[in-house]
Amino acid sequence: MKKKILALLYLAVFYLTSCISQENPPIIETPDQSKFSTSIIVDGIEIPWGMDFITENDLLVTEKKGILYRVKNGEKSEVSGLPEIYQRGQGGLLDVALHPDFDNNKLIYFTASVHVEGDKGGNTALYCGELNANELSNVKLLYKGTPNTKKGQHWGSRIVFDDQGHLFFGIGDRGNRDVNPQDLKRDGGKIYRLNLDGSIPEDNPFFQEDEAIKAVYSYGHRNPQGMTIHPKTGEIWENEHGPKGGDEINIIKKGKNYGWPVITYGINYSGTSITDKKSMPGMEQPFYYWVPSIAPSGMAFSSSGVYRKWKGNLFIGSLKFKYLERLIIKRGKVVKREKILNDIGRVRNVKEGPDGFLYLGVEGKGILKVIVNR
Amino acid sequence: MKITLGFIGLCVLFEGLWLYQNKSLEQSISDGSEIYQDFCLQCHLDNGQGVSGVFPPLAKSDYLLKNIDLSIKGIKYGLQGPIVVNGEDYNGLMQNQGLDDEEIADVMNYILNNWGNKSQEMITLERVANITE
Repeated sequence: MKKKILALLYLAVFYLTSCISQENPPIIETPDQSKFSTSIIVDGIEIPWGMDFITENDLLVTEKKGILYRVKNGEKSEVSGLPEIYQRGQGGLLDVALHPDFDNNKLIYFTASVHVEGDKGGNTALYCGELNANELSNVKLLYKGTPNTKKGQHWGSRIVFDDQGHLFFGIGDRGNRDVNPQDLKRDGGKIYRLNLDGSIPEDNPFFQEDEAIKAVYSYGHRNPQGMTIHPKTGEIWENEHGPKGGDEINIIKKGKNYGWPVITYGINYSGTSITDKKSMPGMEQPFYYWVPSIAPSGMAFSSSGVYRKWKGNLFIGSLKFKYLERLIIKRGKVVKREKILNDIGRVRNVKEGPDGFLYLGVEGKGILKVIVNR
Repeated sequence: MKITLGFIGLCVLFEGLWLYQNKSLEQSISDGSEIYQDFCLQCHLDNGQGVSGVFPPLAKSDYLLKNIDLSIKGIKYGLQGPIVVNGEDYNGLMQNQGLDDEEIADVMNYILNNWGNKSQEMITLERVANITE
């Protein structure tokens, strides 16, 4: 009898707490953290926003306030030749990515907040340039969002490539959610697709539409700060910050509308409602959404098998709760979520290195390699 | 008569200039509110309550109210490392947000006059301008 009452009590407590927290399932688990450790690849970087690997021991790291580092065997040197960065709010020097044929052409791409011309303020831009040793030359502006604005929020932006000669990058809604994301004639709240030389593919979804911005690939985004290619399917996976609640994982498809701010699982920071709609015909549902928000940044699949049980799992940084989130996906659904390296610091970026290990950009620290002790 | 009118005109002109250079506290707080929504709220939240142990509170924050110049310096140049706020330890990083001196004065006036905070004096553009790294 006592046991029964106890069991009922447990159930009641469990039910009540799950009601109060209203966490979107699966509820995150915290496994034994003593299995996980890190080794420091490079330290002394305030906000390591983006990174890419030339080799296992030679990588490029962006520092948000406007420094590009080349890190060789743990020693960092500043790369010269960057354009002037407009550091404001969440903006600054953002992602960096090697051209798929970097070994031969030495080209790199990067996204940054810039004020090039026109109105006060800035917007997100995509550049490419040639990297020789620690020097960037022939820097070209490939795309710049307009108009400039002094708003500090939602610049995006990650860079990924498909295997058909395209580059994808995002620009957030630039703090103008009711104007930008749903308007194809305006920049902001979009994922863009370009050819590697910066030209616009003629088969882009809105290429034939008058007045539409022809580089747009998908729209209705809030602030995409994680993007990666699925190692098996080749799909573009993206994560973006929601408002209070409603951070999302999306699979980016050509011409689709991801709904911000018409539909969302989040509410205003003040607690007031943005919309009562969570779905609408013609708008994509997220693959997964977080309530409460974790503030996701960076995204990588573990494809290598160097971590025994993590192959095929998705890894995303949490800025807000300072851990690396592991998501196990089965049959098109997130079935399990785990905290890895709890309290490591604000995880800004996640990448799988050439050696198959996961590397994190952690704010106030630098680049850390993730190690699982056996 | 002409002289009086001229004098009044001059007064209006000077008053205008003075107001232009030093806006009223109400105006500064109101402008600061917009800056707060755009640049501060995501971490320090809508009532300046912060997140315990992660983002220090601004509402009734002893650190803020006792270290006004240091707080301005933090907004202007960034703040990193351990601080104690209302008896709780914080060891985070706030990068400078790229705000100009006037925007910093405005947001300080907003923060210092909200959520139970009350400031004796208005933060001026000059005070912000004089704080160096």
